[in-house]
Amino acid sequence: MEILMAIVIGVLFMSATYLMLSKSLLRIIVGTGLLSHGAHLLLLTMGGLKKGAAPLLGEQASSYADPIPQALILTAIVISFGVTAFFLVLAYRTYQELGTDNTERLRGTEGND
Amino acid sequence: MINFLILPIIVPLLTGILLLFLARHITAQRWVSALSSLVTVIISVLLVQKVHLDGVQTLNLGSWEAPFGITLVSDMLSALLVLTTSIVAFACIIHSFSSIGKDREKFYYYALVQFLIVGVNGAFTTGDIFNLFVFFEVMLMSSYVLLVLGGTKIQLRETIKYILVNVISSALFVVAVGYLYSVIGSLNMAHISSRISEAGQTGIITTIAIMFLIVFGLKGAIFPLFFWLPGSYYAPPAPVMALFGALLTKVGVYSIMRTYSLFFHQDQGFTHQVLSVLALLTIVFGVIGAIAYSDIKKIVIYNIIAAVGVILFGFAVMSPDSLSGSIYYIVHDMIIKAALFLLIGIIIKITGTSDLNQFSGLIKRYPGLAWTFFLAAVSLAGIPPLSGFFGKLLIIQGGFSEGFYWGAVIVLLSSLLILFSIMKIFINGFWGTPRSYQGEDKVPVKTLLIAPIILVILSVLMGVGSETIYPYISQATDTLLNPDIYIDAVIKEW
Repeated sequence: MEILMAIVIGVLFMSATYLMLSKSLLRIIVGTGLLSHGAHLLLLTMGGLKKGAAPLLGEQASSYADPIPQALILTAIVISFGVTAFFLVLAYRTYQELGTDNTERLRGTEGND
Repeated sequence: MINFLILPIIVPLLTGILLLFLARHITAQRWVSALSSLVTVIISVLLVQKVHLDGVQTLNLGSWEAPFGITLVSDMLSALLVLTTSIVAFACIIHSFSSIGKDREKFYYYALVQFLIVGVNGAFTTGDIFNLFVFFEVMLMSSYVLLVLGGTKIQLRETIKYILVNVISSALFVVAVGYLYSVIGSLNMAHISSRISEAGQTGIITTIAIMFLIVFGLKGAIFPLFFWLPGSYYAPPAPVMALFGALLTKVGVYSIMRTYSLFFHQDQGFTHQVLSVLALLTIVFGVIGAIAYSDIKKIVIYNIIAAVGVILFGFAVMSPDSLSGSIYYIVHDMIIKAALFLLIGIIIKITGTSDLNQFSGLIKRYPGLAWTFFLAAVSLAGIPPLSGFFGKLLIIQGGFSEGFYWGAVIVLLSSLLILFSIMKIFINGFWGTPRSYQGEDKVPVKTLLIAPIILVILSVLMGVGSETIYPYISQATDTLLNPDIYIDAVIKEW
């Protein structure tokens, strides 16, 4: 099971890298979404996918799934949600102000470099 | 009082929350944020003294025993950095009163600065690797908003690049923590360290070490990963630039120092060699950038990169001398970079440009500004009575005694070129024929100068009083050289 997950996560990272290297700003943001999906799935997989009950003491099971990676993922999800929301609004503002979503054209001429 | 070491995190946090309610009352905001950052400075001084007298301070949050809960750890290195952060923050906040402008102040500027300090102080104090990630995000999110606040075109453009780089490095941080957790099965730094020393440093641990180097190198701008920094730090106004330049990269450098001295110290042959080569290349590229530009912001920005290289080279040598040098230099560099950014902010306010060819002769009308800048410049380059000298001396001494001859020579030569780059600003900008600039009479130079003068005086005192500071520095070095001190302080009964 872990091997299957590793392959899927690898595909997610691959797609994310490909999308983040493209020119359109929205594709880049979709790429960051896939990247954080990959990272969260990897955290879950690395915690171990052995069988066990959901981590609720009411289940009365003999073994439970590891609760720590789940807490870590929950934290990482809300953080990446906040950052993505900010990033999307920033992309919207940039499109309004600068009139382009092409990253090739988001270049500076300020300063004498 | 056992909760003492959480105060540098809690005080800015509560102040930040309070400031959210005072958005429209600018005077109240200024008083509250100045007073609270002064309180943070006083607390950090007491914290440094307490760590000096009683050894490493630890606090188990919620009274859960060490590897199971989150532990905050304050050893001398983190206490010194928390103190420096608080001082820099205080200076930048009082500088902001007369320079940042009402538009930004109304839109939660001071609250964001306080949240940034929460993130930085938290990252310096935490003893848990995932908690470090969370404090990184607190710091980074405040820095995104501070970078874009005001919404000019250049800020929007550069913030997009800055966010993208940091989103990627945060995802890599999560991945690295995932790998480490699957191999070690713990998140508490002291516990990870003791488990790695039980199991020995295998190949997978070395791989994870390089992943952490990539993650923290992206935050701290080391050689192949510094590409985002010159553009992003160019965009924001001067006080924000000073906060970023002084604090953000140093958090990355601190994290490299912490992980490489605590986790990955068994098999130093490979990792520390990589680190020292990258550090030297960082110095070379930083210095090339610093002498290439005739734009005063760019010159100081590339000096940040060169200084990161010097600190990491001293750390990679891993001898007692060079480690003390690195710690001394990181504290010096935070203070002096903040002072330099505030000073060039004043110059840009007076002249209206950051192009070195378009102004000259400032010393005639602004002698105070000129001599403060001169002191800051020679201190940056490391001229003997000032603070930059002592750190570099120890780093070079360590380099020569451990056989890193080339590295020590590069550090020496870099000082020369850094002196050249910063004196170029002084000679071209302050000497020569005086010119007059539009709207320069409205700039309150005397009030603006207060914060940089405080920082430069501190830097001079740090240089003159290096004998007094040295016991603190060597105490910080002991923890880095001997991780058992750290582990024993955190995990008590085993």
